[in-house]
Amino acid sequence: MGNSFSSIISIKDVSVTFQHKGKSIEAVKDVSFEIQKGEIFGIVGTSGAGKSTLLRTINLLQLPTQGKVFIHQNDITGFEGESLRKLRTNIGMIFQQFNLIHSKTVYGNVAFAMKAVGRSKDEIDKRVPEVLELVGLTHRTNSLPTKLSGGEKQRVGIARALANNPEILLCDEPTSALDLETTTSILELLKSINIKLGITTIIISHEMNVIKKICDRVAVMSNGFILELDDVFTVFSNPKHEFTQSLVRHTFDLALPERLLHREGYKTLKIIYSGEFAEESIIADTIEKYGVKINILHGKIEYITDRPYGILIIQLSGSDEKINEVEGYLKSKTLKIEEVIENV
Amino acid sequence: MYSMSWSELFARLNNAFFETLLMWVTASILSIIVGTLVGLIIFATRDGLFWKNKILYYSLSAFINTIRSVPFMILLIFILPFTKILIGTTIGPFAASVSISITAVAFFARLVEISLSDVDKGIIEASKALGASNFIIFKEVLFPEAIPSLIRGITVLSISVLGLTAMAGMFGGGGLGDLAIRYGYYRYEIKVMVATSVILILWVQLFQGFGDYLAKKSENK
Repeated sequence: MGNSFSSIISIKDVSVTFQHKGKSIEAVKDVSFEIQKGEIFGIVGTSGAGKSTLLRTINLLQLPTQGKVFIHQNDITGFEGESLRKLRTNIGMIFQQFNLIHSKTVYGNVAFAMKAVGRSKDEIDKRVPEVLELVGLTHRTNSLPTKLSGGEKQRVGIARALANNPEILLCDEPTSALDLETTTSILELLKSINIKLGITTIIISHEMNVIKKICDRVAVMSNGFILELDDVFTVFSNPKHEFTQSLVRHTFDLALPERLLHREGYKTLKIIYSGEFAEESIIADTIEKYGVKINILHGKIEYITDRPYGILIIQLSGSDEKINEVEGYLKSKTLKIEEVIENV
Repeated sequence: MYSMSWSELFARLNNAFFETLLMWVTASILSIIVGTLVGLIIFATRDGLFWKNKILYYSLSAFINTIRSVPFMILLIFILPFTKILIGTTIGPFAASVSISITAVAFFARLVEISLSDVDKGIIEASKALGASNFIIFKEVLFPEAIPSLIRGITVLSISVLGLTAMAGMFGGGGLGDLAIRYGYYRYEIKVMVATSVILILWVQLFQGFGDYLAKKSENK
């Protein structure tokens, strides 16, 4: 996380209501939070949760119906014309569908960002190769967007967004149109840019995996509300809201075949562990100490901001007494333990 | 029965061809310029993307619909007094170009509106997010992105204009259409009928081919 505590963006009681065919739809409902300078802040939620709408209030592509948005403690909500355009040059944005100008080359697309705000040709000629190098696209300088792969298109999008040296980068589902491998490389690029330039990055995604890979903090959004907001590790390891719990479960995807779930004489347990516990040999110790049989059926360890967080599904067999003892022991050694009765 | 000699036919065809060419070029250029402007205003005032203005949008749109719904023959006659004031005469290719242009402007304005509307809204949003002014967005994004579609529109427009010159020709404009009707139809001169038709068919074919080529080229540049 960014080392300072100064907030660069603060969103206060923001609501956005759309009028559609005489009905009003509340896309964002009374949302407030702050984003710290230099952090990567994630907003996660299903489609239609209002993430995109909320993100767009930061550069006023979407005007809040109620509430205010502050950048560096300045209320920007009323900005118009010249002041709005000036504000926007300080906020880069990238999109799910890249939104490149098809009739311009890679160079032309990046140059357009600078031309749009009245930079001179000399400045443009100096800056464009710099940003193209930053995103690793020097060899594509004169290509047209139609000749590029999805990952390359998003790199052009990033270069364009960075051309005017903004302090803030908004990312609207930046990897949702990309395959897994390209997603990873784009996320790594965003992370490295965040570290190199100290640019405050806000990224929205419907995938917890994306958030987990690069974000420092995350807000979980559903139906226009922010359900919880905390550092990513906390949200992952201790999701409070039911919706967040299911998002996290989907990320781990630990479903078992039915025949294993209902095996006679076995008790199925889900063990959740994190921090230093994850690095100890708890299972081996348990077997040695209690002489029970333990089958490991499923498991996964994730490293979220370098801290391990693991889930293990095991089956125990033995007398009820012994199983209770083992459960007690495991409980003392891990974060959470629960019996698995059905797949969720 | 009187039959036109070959030399007379060529002389008349030659004369008519240039009259048609004059009407065609004048009316096409005028309607491309004015139609682009009107189409742009309709597009820009339609919704919140640029300069939403319901009054301007609906009045321009209604005006265009009115012109487009009146049959061209009727419009021609309605417009004659206006042409007289504007050019001083209702005879000749230039005078005929006035009524052709008015109809063609209405037609082309719609084509421009469609072409501009087809440009991906995401690209416009991205440009706005960069802090680009509306003027720069039109100049650097909307028109360049719409070029292949605009070229197709211009091709369709020019061919419609050619059709209109035939009708306008009958009301004093002259040209191939006039020749075909006066000699070919009223006097049963098959030669005239065939010759004018062949010229017009070739004209359309060549121009359509040229337009397609340009549109394709602008797409893959």
